[in-house]
Amino acid sequence: MAEDKSNAEAYWKANVRLITGCLIVWALVSYGFAILLRPLLSGIPVGGTDLGFWFAQQGSILTFIGLIFFYAWKMNRLDKQFGLGE
Amino acid sequence: MSQFAINVLFVGASFALYIGIAIWAKAGSTKDFYVAGGGVHPVTNGMAIGADWMSAASFISMAGLIAAGGYANSTFLMGWTGGYVLLAMLLAPYLRKFGKFTVPEFIGDRFYSKTARMVAVVCLIVASVTYVIGQMAGAGVAFSRFLEVDATTGLIIAAVVVFFYSVLGGMKGITYTQVAQYIVLIIAYTIPAIFISLELTGNPLPALGLFSDHSASGEPLLAKLNEVVTALGFNAYTAMVDNQLNMVLFTLSLMIGTAGLPHVIMRFFTVPKVADARWSAGWALVFIGLLYLTAPAVASMARLNLMTTIYPDMAGQVENYEEAATNPIAYENRPEWIRTWEETGLITFEDKNNDGNIQFFNPSADFAERGWQGNELEVNNDILVLANPEIANLPGWVIGLIAAGGLAAALSTAAGLLLAISSAISHDLIKGAINPGISEKGELLAARISMSVAIVVATYLGANPPGFAAQVVALAFGIAAASLFPVLMMGIFSKKVNNKGAISGMLAGLIFTLVYIFVYKGWFFIPGTNNLPDTPDNWVLGISPLSIGAVGAMINFAVAFTVSKASEAPPQEIQDLVESVRYPKGAGGAIDH
Repeated sequence: MAEDKSNAEAYWKANVRLITGCLIVWALVSYGFAILLRPLLSGIPVGGTDLGFWFAQQGSILTFIGLIFFYAWKMNRLDKQFGLGE
Repeated sequence: MSQFAINVLFVGASFALYIGIAIWAKAGSTKDFYVAGGGVHPVTNGMAIGADWMSAASFISMAGLIAAGGYANSTFLMGWTGGYVLLAMLLAPYLRKFGKFTVPEFIGDRFYSKTARMVAVVCLIVASVTYVIGQMAGAGVAFSRFLEVDATTGLIIAAVVVFFYSVLGGMKGITYTQVAQYIVLIIAYTIPAIFISLELTGNPLPALGLFSDHSASGEPLLAKLNEVVTALGFNAYTAMVDNQLNMVLFTLSLMIGTAGLPHVIMRFFTVPKVADARWSAGWALVFIGLLYLTAPAVASMARLNLMTTIYPDMAGQVENYEEAATNPIAYENRPEWIRTWEETGLITFEDKNNDGNIQFFNPSADFAERGWQGNELEVNNDILVLANPEIANLPGWVIGLIAAGGLAAALSTAAGLLLAISSAISHDLIKGAINPGISEKGELLAARISMSVAIVVATYLGANPPGFAAQVVALAFGIAAASLFPVLMMGIFSKKVNNKGAISGMLAGLIFTLVYIFVYKGWFFIPGTNNLPDTPDNWVLGISPLSIGAVGAMINFAVAFTVSKASEAPPQEIQDLVESVRYPKGAGGAIDH
């Protein structure tokens, strides 16, 4: 029982760590590259405009899709590793 | 075949398909009615989420908003997609594991409080009703433009179709019609976009065409667009915004609002496993992304097309933009599509300087030196997508397709919202509070009756929209962001937040957000009752009432944690419940409660 509990806790910690990492990327591409850091990246040209504009209208959405699939894949492995899957 | 006949054919065929699906997918139990039996494949569910999510606003209005605002309105693109990351990681899998039918039910059980459940029911109903009015009104507009009936008749036809498949099939009928509606709407959206992208840039993929060279001038499309709009006194299309704080908060409000909207969350209850809830969030965003990656291309290309239609001198290679911008077309030479849209009142022309030409420029710019006495053409943002095929001279069947697509977008979202409302009434209000002993059969009947009443009310409000109907973004997203999202997240990620914390947090977030909105937009949106003018210099720190939901959410979190800390911890069985939703193991049976 105690072992179950520490196993479950380790699983949850790993999940929270993974979420934190993913959300850092999530915030970086949208609030970072697309908005707050846009002036900083304005020197990088992309098709008639700059990298920040591309992230605001394309890049952030593509990153979001990638992040969710990465998370789902990684969690499936964690579920198996900790024996907590269905 | 006349355009009218083509439109009737496309819309009629799509409606026949939805009704056919409704008959096939009839709900036999409450489980069918609320969660489609719980056996929906994650890709199917992703597609249904796509249609559920993409409303008349996404399909019809969003490209117009981006066209008008350029970079500044990228907030909608990021805000309405980024919420799925939060859903996939912070809410959907755990709520699926919890395995009940509605969002308020989770809040009531987790915070062991009927009061919390009822606050959630009220938030859900206000947010969803506001949202559904826009869908019904949107369906009415699409009908009146394409099928030559008046908006109210159109609305009633739409309501009858929704009635048929949602009352009969509940979530089961809605799921499979949404899949069909997604296919209709995505084809309708992308085909004209591909044509226009080819025409303007030679690139068949609109998302790439957006960053390609404009064929007629050889300049990059966006650089060309910047030149054209600035010559007419508008802000450059790609210009940076002044108030980055407001842009960040607005995007954040839309993201957490998206994640907190019950009609979206409910769709995750329909998949068989926790892992499927994660996958279906990914698939949902793929299907949503197809439209959202195309929309900014549609926006900039339609804006350029519109401008160069009025100012043909600016269409090709231009030596001097200032000079090219002085020579608009004459009103009597306007193209056919402007004439058709004038009939709907969505394009209006007033010859202010009586020269017979269409001076179309930024209304707040001053071009007196050109002999212009004000902007003469008003173009409603909402027509850009609907008029796109006509602007680009596409064949009649594409226009018929757009009509069917716009209706699919409006109806699929309306059905999802109506289900969220009716299940909150039959499951949370009737079974949860008024009559807990109700039989399964009785509850299914109650669900069908509440769905019917909700449709009638939504139809009436769609035909006679109250003032608050235009405030979907402020009201629906503000409430979902400030009250529902934080309390759901805390219910999963904290064992310490208790009933008092949750209730006071929800109320604090909700009241703060509503008061801030009412101060600028009028109390209960009654015109003239606002305390301060709704302009950037009056907003606190430049934060718009549309962006305040994110601040409301932070207040919700802060109050909930503080109050919980000062009062007793939740009982052991609640802490065990939190434990159990965190691990996928054992989810299979949970839904049969």
